[in-house]
Amino acid sequence: MADSRSGPALPSRILVLGATSGIATAVMRLLAARGANFFLVARDPQKLTAVEMDLRTRGAASVESRVADLDNTSDHPGLLADAASSLGVIDLAFLAHGVLGDQKEGESSYTAAAAVLQTNLLSAVSLITWLANYFQATKQGTLAVLSSVAGDRGRRSNYIYGASKAGLNVFLDGVRNRIDRSGVHVLTIRPGYVATPMTAHIEPNLLFVAPQHAATLILRAIAKRKDIAYVPRFWAAIMLAVRSVPESIFKKLNY
Amino acid sequence: MAHRHSRPKFESWGRYPSLSATVVPLHWPSDFPLPPAKEASPLEDQRSKTATSAPPRMLPVGMGRSYGDVCLIADGTLLNTRGLDRFQSFDEESGILRCEAGVTLDEILRFCIPRGWFLPVTPGTRYVTVGGAIANDVHGKNHQVAGTFGRYVRSLELARSDGSRFVCSRDRNMEWFRATVAGMGLTGLIVSAEIQLRAIVSPLVKSEVSQFHGIDQFLELSLARQSSEYSIGWMDSTATGRKFARGVFMTAAHSQEPAKLTTHKSRSCSVPFDLPGLALNRASVGAFNALYFHSHRTRQKPRLLNYDSFFYPMDRIRHWNRLYGKRGFVQFHCVLPRVADQLAPLQLLKAISAARLTSFLAVIKDFGDAISPGMMSFPMPGISLALDFPIRGEETFDLMDRLARITAEHGGRVYPAKDTRMTPTQFQNFYPQWQQFAPYVDPAFSSNFWERVTARG
Repeated sequence: MADSRSGPALPSRILVLGATSGIATAVMRLLAARGANFFLVARDPQKLTAVEMDLRTRGAASVESRVADLDNTSDHPGLLADAASSLGVIDLAFLAHGVLGDQKEGESSYTAAAAVLQTNLLSAVSLITWLANYFQATKQGTLAVLSSVAGDRGRRSNYIYGASKAGLNVFLDGVRNRIDRSGVHVLTIRPGYVATPMTAHIEPNLLFVAPQHAATLILRAIAKRKDIAYVPRFWAAIMLAVRSVPESIFKKLNY
Repeated sequence: MAHRHSRPKFESWGRYPSLSATVVPLHWPSDFPLPPAKEASPLEDQRSKTATSAPPRMLPVGMGRSYGDVCLIADGTLLNTRGLDRFQSFDEESGILRCEAGVTLDEILRFCIPRGWFLPVTPGTRYVTVGGAIANDVHGKNHQVAGTFGRYVRSLELARSDGSRFVCSRDRNMEWFRATVAGMGLTGLIVSAEIQLRAIVSPLVKSEVSQFHGIDQFLELSLARQSSEYSIGWMDSTATGRKFARGVFMTAAHSQEPAKLTTHKSRSCSVPFDLPGLALNRASVGAFNALYFHSHRTRQKPRLLNYDSFFYPMDRIRHWNRLYGKRGFVQFHCVLPRVADQLAPLQLLKAISAARLTSFLAVIKDFGDAISPGMMSFPMPGISLALDFPIRGEETFDLMDRLARITAEHGGRVYPAKDTRMTPTQFQNFYPQWQQFAPYVDPAFSSNFWERVTARG
């Protein structure tokens, strides 16, 4: 149920892919408090159950969940069809699955690099393709995808992860341009550092934000039908600066 | 998966002592026990070669709001439980909440107040975790009628470093339950707990204020208002002469008039940096205490207050511990048995005046007879006194030692959650049951506090 006190209507029938992601969890808690219905997909059954109980307790009207490894793209159509029929209509599909990967390992192992691309890019392409057509046919809905500021420029320290997110960004741009006129909202979320399990090995610094804060900003971007949301917004300025450095100089930096 | 990373220093709320430890954030109940350490890089290997031969020493920590070293472990591993922040179930009829141990009381209030429920017992800050509240068996302004937090813990799930994991309650694994409540985090990792909340119909409390002069008057007031649900005394420890032991006694009860169940606003201001050590001196603190005393005149009519201003006045000032400067502060918190004369609290107050160390308002509270469920619980029937002192070097520590000695002479005890100073002998006299407790300590767990107070002389 959308809360009339807080401005634009928020989605209430929600599909979450990668439901145990720290950012996804924080967003879903806010929506659960408004009595949303969920269909959750994640790989680890124990963690999925913990998230499911949390959302139920916080006020979700209903929570269905499914254990799946989203790397298996052949399972996607069946999984998504189940989600659509379980929810009735999908208002919001939130793609949050992804891995950081091991950059060092990926520098010498194609298999390791390809695994990151498989999870972050190819499986997302498969899901987005199905969902884009679903939303286009129903002439409504929001497709929100967690990307990263790392996709804005290739850096020596995380270019494999960055490449997967850069590919995702361009793919989403194209999908948006294709289906926006059908009334479908495509949101590319580009968070900076958010304090979640994925970033737990990084020394905390001043650029880190709490997942709760990131979640509020993401909900606002959904409500306002933004195309691309840097989270928080100061990352737009940072990345503008990072992109504007000529490659001839950038390659000499330790960034 | 739990990642490891180190931080150079870790401090408790008193900011003393400041110790380095490896911090491992836990995000899921299944993150503990920790996986065996991966092959260390050659560089790390060299540094930690001596450390690896020693058995692991770890300790769970939540918000780090205890004051001394009960939540610290120098050169050990702190298991940060804040990521275990999920609710598991809530029964709107009975008010029974099940949640992971890293959920804070702040988060519980935001969740339960709109549903017509409140914490059964709350300390003076909502920024503590459920695990921390259990591990220290915290008490609040309703101790005289409600007892400690542990009394409302229906069950808890404990995970041990050997991989075992079990539920304990008053009828299952009872001894483990008794050891873990007030077990200072030493018996294993508290993963989740089931708590009985109390019903409310309004977020407001009806509060009454009276001034008192002297401990006797405080006790008279305490006795007269015994049935009020919440009560607390603030005492001006800087006042001397005729004003000695003057203070303000406050009572409150949840309003019975149904009102809209709204939660508190987010905190409003912050102490942005360490105040210079001298900012808190006898003049400034004395003036503050006098202002506080005179702004709380005895009132005939009760006043309606939001729960937040009654229970958590200090939570509005983020990082208030920075007021004490970089060197930090210590808190002395004891309970003294109730006896006919009030010699013990008077001796304490006199020792404090004599030391001429400044202390903000001292908190004085009459504890009730409710039996605390933990083996090592601090509260017992009597008068509890808590005072903060900025660290000014040895004179502060000397005073702490003197206060602990007076407490011991009068058959009282000091609160481990606030302590940095008590000696092994004092601890073992305060808590003779520590020997029954010790076998329940997880062999891989320890804390600076525990190593200090169990050290053999």
